[in-house]
Amino acid sequence: MQTHRKSRTALLIGLAMAGGLSSAMASAADTGGSQFSNKLLLTGGVSQIEGSAGGGLTPWAVIGGYGTQDEIGGNAFYTRLNLPDYHLDDVGALVGFYNRVEVSFAQQRFNTEQVGGALGLGNGFTFTQNVIGVKVRLFGDVVLDQNSWMPQVSIGIQHKKNDQAAVLRFIGAKSDQGNDYYISATKLFLSQSLLVNATLRYTKANQIGILGFGGDKNNAYKPEFEGSVAYLLSRNWAIGAEYRQKPNNLGIAKEDNWYDAFVAWAPTKHVSLTLAYADLGNIVIKQKQRGMYASVQVAF
Amino acid sequence: MFKYSLPAAVLATAVLFAQSTVAQEAASMPQQSAAMAASAPRDPALKPVFTEFGGKQGLMSLMDDFMDNLVADPRTRPYFENADREHIKAELVDQFCVILDGPCTYTGKSMASAHRNLGINRAGFNALVEDLQKAMSKHDIPFRAQNKLLAKLAPMHSAVITKK
Repeated sequence: MQTHRKSRTALLIGLAMAGGLSSAMASAADTGGSQFSNKLLLTGGVSQIEGSAGGGLTPWAVIGGYGTQDEIGGNAFYTRLNLPDYHLDDVGALVGFYNRVEVSFAQQRFNTEQVGGALGLGNGFTFTQNVIGVKVRLFGDVVLDQNSWMPQVSIGIQHKKNDQAAVLRFIGAKSDQGNDYYISATKLFLSQSLLVNATLRYTKANQIGILGFGGDKNNAYKPEFEGSVAYLLSRNWAIGAEYRQKPNNLGIAKEDNWYDAFVAWAPTKHVSLTLAYADLGNIVIKQKQRGMYASVQVAF
Repeated sequence: MFKYSLPAAVLATAVLFAQSTVAQEAASMPQQSAAMAASAPRDPALKPVFTEFGGKQGLMSLMDDFMDNLVADPRTRPYFENADREHIKAELVDQFCVILDGPCTYTGKSMASAHRNLGINRAGFNALVEDLQKAMSKHDIPFRAQNKLLAKLAPMHSAVITKK
């Protein structure tokens, strides 16, 4: 517990330093005609729960970071999700290459608190999952294509590996690792100050992979729909809501679709904060897992 | 080995697709520029936005700050420091005024010919948008009204950005 808190503090300090560094680099670059960070504010999205650029729950078609097609951008994030009976710590980073390809990494630590004890795993039993993501923008420009209905469209892969193979097998999951494949379409309706995203994800992941992949009830890939809307209040503030449909592969516990309502604040290009109220429904033996989602990120 | 063949195949397809899209985008550029009208068309629905900008008088004072920002910004300064800035401001006032259905006419060059030899890239274009946003915020123009104008200006990117 103590070491856990220490590592979180170290992480926050690290993030702050990275923020300071990228700000310093950017202001140095500003004086000499900036070679990076020239994408418009908030148009790179934020880091979603699996580390890809998007909303909180859902990847968008945007390429993360503030690089334009001549530039490389990137960000790092820390997200904390507090639920009545669980909590999730989520860290990661991404690099966006030339507004075309995004490579991301995230580590999710899902702490089962007292539920772990009740299930005989021990209080505070934690599932750790690493996610490596690659996203490629196929066509479209989310900001500039204002005279057509054409959205920006990207496809991506998230490769996930969970560290609790034995427990996952015991609860009926078929694998401790898997790939999600998705296609996202994102459109900014600038006249309405409204951003809309739709994502179709092919997945076998149980609770996004925290409970493994495939199960006794179903072990086939299924298409799941995810959607986001965001309303831009100003250059620095956005509010919105998200929906994420999920499969139901395990016999031991029903899995619900996820919802959230969020507010995002980006005082500068280098720092953003996202706060959300998330409803994750049933997770194993606990109903109504609703709580606060907080995410801080630094970007360039 | 086979475990990764599907993702690899999907990626390879994606990269190929992306490259062909780039090629298409590049190929369609001259056509788009040629088709570009002198300015964005007048939109009667934006008449209320013209009022929110403070009419022609408001546009003229907005353009003073916009041009100051452009000259102060190292990313855009090279395009404006040796240009006839008063002339550019007047043309911009007319153009924005026409877009917002104000009582003006735009008689200047087409966007394509005005920007043909400037070698502006996407970063420079975005910098200009940021400088315009700053000026509009300074003039307390409501954010939604700002976005309605920007939505009409955004499609001009294909005529303005000539350096890929």
